[in-house]
Amino acid sequence: MMEEENKNNSEENIEDKFSISTENLSVYFNEKPAIKDINLKVRNKSVTAIIGPSGCGKSTYLRSLNMMHELTPTATVYGSIKINNIDIQEFGVINLRKKVGMVFQKPNPFPTLSIYDNVISGLVYTGRHYKKDLDEKVERCLTASGLWNEVKDRLKVSAMTLSGGQQQRLCIARTIAVNPDIILMDEPTSALDPISTTKIEELVYNLKKEYTIIIVTHNMQQAARVSDHTAFFYLGRLVEYSKTRTIFTNPKEKLTEEYVTGKFG
Amino acid sequence: MFINSYPSRSQFGLSFIFSQDWDPVKDKFGALAFIYGTIVSSIIALIISLPISLGVAIFLSEMAGKFLKTTVGFLVEILAAIPSIIFGFWGLFVLVPFMRNSVQPFLEKTLGFIPLFSGANIGTGMLTAGIILAIMITPIISAISRDVIKAIPKSQREAAYALGATRWEAIRMALLNAKSGILGATVLGFGRAVGETMAVTMVIGNRAQISAGLFDPAYSMASVIANEFAEASKTIHVSSLIEVGLLLFVVTFIINSLARILIYSATKKYDAK
Repeated sequence: MMEEENKNNSEENIEDKFSISTENLSVYFNEKPAIKDINLKVRNKSVTAIIGPSGCGKSTYLRSLNMMHELTPTATVYGSIKINNIDIQEFGVINLRKKVGMVFQKPNPFPTLSIYDNVISGLVYTGRHYKKDLDEKVERCLTASGLWNEVKDRLKVSAMTLSGGQQQRLCIARTIAVNPDIILMDEPTSALDPISTTKIEELVYNLKKEYTIIIVTHNMQQAARVSDHTAFFYLGRLVEYSKTRTIFTNPKEKLTEEYVTGKFG
Repeated sequence: MFINSYPSRSQFGLSFIFSQDWDPVKDKFGALAFIYGTIVSSIIALIISLPISLGVAIFLSEMAGKFLKTTVGFLVEILAAIPSIIFGFWGLFVLVPFMRNSVQPFLEKTLGFIPLFSGANIGTGMLTAGIILAIMITPIISAISRDVIKAIPKSQREAAYALGATRWEAIRMALLNAKSGILGATVLGFGRAVGETMAVTMVIGNRAQISAGLFDPAYSMASVIANEFAEASKTIHVSSLIEVGLLLFVVTFIINSLARILIYSATKKYDAK
C-alpha cells in the first residue's frame, strides 16, 4: 500500500490523484456552524476514513459531498466542493448523486421491493433498460458486494428477509449499480454484528480498486484496518489529515494523539 | 338486531337480499335496491375522492411549506368534524341546484351515450349523493394517508434521493411504501361512506329502484332506516328495517376490520426492525 502511494507521488500530473477537494467548506444549521472551513483533498481510488468524536461534523461533511443537505431546509453550505476539478454545482443535484453514491448508517433497503428490484432501483430512475442487461447488472453488482452466492436463488424475495449485514451489502450493491465514481459510507457497520462488519470491511478493501471511498467511522480500529488516509475532525474543524499509519503511530497534533490513544472521545 | 329481525328473516329468507321490491303497503320487503344504492354511491364517492385525497396527502406531507402545512392540515381536520346534516343542507341548497342546472345537462349532452350519464334530471340522485359523500370522506382519507406517508422513515427518502431520484421519484417510492396504509385509509373512508345517513338521505332522492342512470334517484340502507323507522307500524315492516340495519352493520364491520388490519400491517413493517 505504501509503495503504491510513493509511486503515485512521483507521477507528473498531481491533480489526477485527487478525486474530491473541498475548499473552505462550512455547513450551518440554523446559523450555527456544524463544520467550519474544511480544506480536504481526497485521493482517487483509495479509502479515506473520517474519524472523530460524536458531533464533530464527520457526517455533516460527508453529506455535503452529495448535496444531501438540500433536504434539510435549515442547512446552508458555504465554500466550494470540486469533483475531478469540476464544481459540484455544475453537475446538478441528480447527476451528482449518481456520481457520488451513499451508504447509510442503518441498512435501508426498500422494504416493498424484492432483492432484485432493490439492486436496480437506482437504475430505474435513469430510464429505459433491457431485461437481459438488468439481469447481468444485478448479478455483477451482487457479486461485487459479496452477496450473489447467498441470494442467487431468491432474488424475487422481499429484501426484508435478509439479515442486517446482508441488507447493508444489498445497499452497497444498489449503490454501485448506478456506476458512481465515489462511494460515501456513513458509519456503515455501526448497526451490524462483528462478523457482518468484517465482511463489509473486506468489501470496502476490494471496492477501492474501482471506486474512491470515503468512510465515516466511530471505530478507530476500523479506520486503521480499511483506510489509506485518515482525517481527524474535532468540534467542526479538521485537525489532522494524513496517511492512516501516520495518524495512528506518529500524529503531528497532540489532540489527534489523545483521541487515537483513547484519552478522550 | 338479529333477534328482532326474526319475523322478516323467517318470512323472506335469502330473497330479502335479492329482491328489490320494497312496498310497505303490500308488506313486500326486499333490500337489494338499498344495498345497490349504498354500494354504488360509496363507490362513486371513492372514485371522486381518492385522487383528490392522495393529492392533498402528498402535498401536505412532502411539498407544502410549514405555514401551508399547518393551515391546510387544520382545515382538513376541521372539515372532517363538520356534522353530516350540515353537508346535507349544503348539498340540498347548493349542490342539487348546481347539478340540476349545470352538471347534469352538460354530462348528458357530452357523455349521454353512456347509459351511466342519463336519468331524471332533478338534481337529487345517485351522482349527487356520491359527490356529497366524496366531500365528506376526502378529509378522512387525506388525513390518514398524510400520517401514513409521514410515518415513512427519513432513511427511506434519503435512500431514494441518494440514488439520484428526482423529487417525484422519491415521492413515488414513498407512496409505494405507504401502499397498504393508504389502502387502509381508503377502506376506512369507504366504510364511512357506506354508513353515512343524513347527508345521503337529503340528496339521494329516496326511491327504492335500481337504475343504470346515475342521475336517477336511488335509496341507501341507512337512509331507508332513518326515513321509515318512525312511521313503521307493522311488525314485519319494523323487522325488515332492522334486518336492513343488520346487513349494514355486517358490511361496515367487515370494511372497518379490513381497514384496521391494513393500517396495522403498514405501521408494523418499520417497527419490527
